Amino acid sequence: MCGIVGLFLKNPALRPQLGKHLSTMLIGMTDRGPDSAGIAVYHKPVGDSQCKLTLFHADPNYHWRSIGGQMGEDLSAEVDTEVKGNHVVLTVTSDEAIVRRWLKQHHPEVRVMGYGQLMEVYKDMGLPAEVIDKYSVRAMEGTHAIGHTRMATESAVTTEHSHPFTAASDMCLVHNGSLSNHNNLRKWLRARGHEFETDNDSEVAARYFAQRMDEGASLPEALEAGLRDLDGFYTFTMGTRDGFAVLRDAISCKPAVLAETDDYVAMASEFRSLANLPGVDKASIWEPKPAVVYTWSLQ
Amino acid sequence: MINVDLAAETVRDLNQRLHDLPADTNERAWRIVNPKGAHALVAGLDRPVEVRIEGHVGYYCAGMNKQASVTIDGHCGVGVAENIMSGAVRVKGNASQSAGASGQGGLLVIEGDAAARCGISMKGVTIVVGGSVGHMSAFMAQTGNLVICGDAGQSLGDSIYEAKLYVQGKVESLGADCIEKKMTPHHIAKLERLLAEAGIKADARKFRRFGSARKLYNFHVDHADAY
Repeated sequence: MCGIVGLFLKNPALRPQLGKHLSTMLIGMTDRGPDSAGIAVYHKPVGDSQCKLTLFHADPNYHWRSIGGQMGEDLSAEVDTEVKGNHVVLTVTSDEAIVRRWLKQHHPEVRVMGYGQLMEVYKDMGLPAEVIDKYSVRAMEGTHAIGHTRMATESAVTTEHSHPFTAASDMCLVHNGSLSNHNNLRKWLRARGHEFETDNDSEVAARYFAQRMDEGASLPEALEAGLRDLDGFYTFTMGTRDGFAVLRDAISCKPAVLAETDDYVAMASEFRSLANLPGVDKASIWEPKPAVVYTWSLQ
Repeated sequence: MINVDLAAETVRDLNQRLHDLPADTNERAWRIVNPKGAHALVAGLDRPVEVRIEGHVGYYCAGMNKQASVTIDGHCGVGVAENIMSGAVRVKGNASQSAGASGQGGLLVIEGDAAARCGISMKGVTIVVGGSVGHMSAFMAQTGNLVICGDAGQSLGDSIYEAKLYVQGKVESLGADCIEKKMTPHHIAKLERLLAEAGIKADARKFRRFGSARKLYNFHVDHADAY
């Protein structure tokens, strides 16, 4: 079992409180996922010539600053490091593909959690409330964010197995459910150049949608394609640079509730996570229908 | 009227108070605020009390209900009134999946829509839905009545036994061994009674009736394709 949440702000006035509301929502899903938690938040865009990456290493005293210095020298780039827990956010005046290649060559022990120009990803073991405190999620501003609380049933409780999963620039996905054709899809994706970091079926889903969008599909088109190609149980919530999406499979045994007001769209596995949002008593509240694509985008 | 604020009291304490009521209790009217999607609210009641919950509730609200009359002024999560035995449960909003699952008696009224698997394995409950129901509703429904004023999703009444289904709107598809049956004056009168009991305004003559073709009760090799 897992809990997933997502919050997409329509009203810019709410942006300073994104982290505060996301935290309440994530803590609301503690019963569904006490093992580990993760979030992806869209904020603090870097400049056009820059990219930003969220990296993880299990050692809390990992030598991030010397890595940043070495990277800067090798790539003739300016590297800014901001350490949070055992994560670091690197802002680099270079192309993200070059930075990722450099990391893979020189520091394969470092895990890339997310990359792009907006998105930062934090995930860790422990109760949602502990993860929120460790990464100061409450103080985060931004336009949208998604989150996941995990109760592992079949694979290990590790930071790597935690959601969200990233497979493209500024794109991430959280998943409640299980896919039954992930082995075939993984083969199909490997043949198209994808390298997998975990054996998690949710990573397959993230890469599948990334592949579709890379082929030119819009976010709703990619999700429609997923309805045809993904077999299994799923409720997905996805974030992109300027978009937010929710999708449930045709059987829909994995729960989902949406709440929408003039100010925001919020998604959660259960209403408990929406109950304390501002103005939720006046919100339009519904369960996303089976096999129907729901997307929103920033104006 | 006994007021309970779930911002100040736990669900466990509230349920225990309701379970501890003596048979001849005078504490018959309860009002509950701030449910905030909590699970198992007022489950397992067995006293003729009236409970009104103001707000949205979580999973299994009023599960196993006996005698009590529960009104939810909001939406509810999975399995509202699951295994209801008697009494009445009314949802003013929408219900998530498996509403009234395996209910053995009593009345469940959902004024809005119900999601998938409404009345799954029902065994005697009457369920009246003011709106529409999702896919696989009345799956393996054994007895009782499911009245749907709106539309029914895919595979209505799959593998149904003797439950009676009435639908006013469209039926996306019928499940295995579920067929349309004739609406006789007897059935119209019965449906009028059910609608009146539920307090739902609808014209019984506009409904169609569905039930079991009784071909799947026992295995028969000629019907192997239908399994």
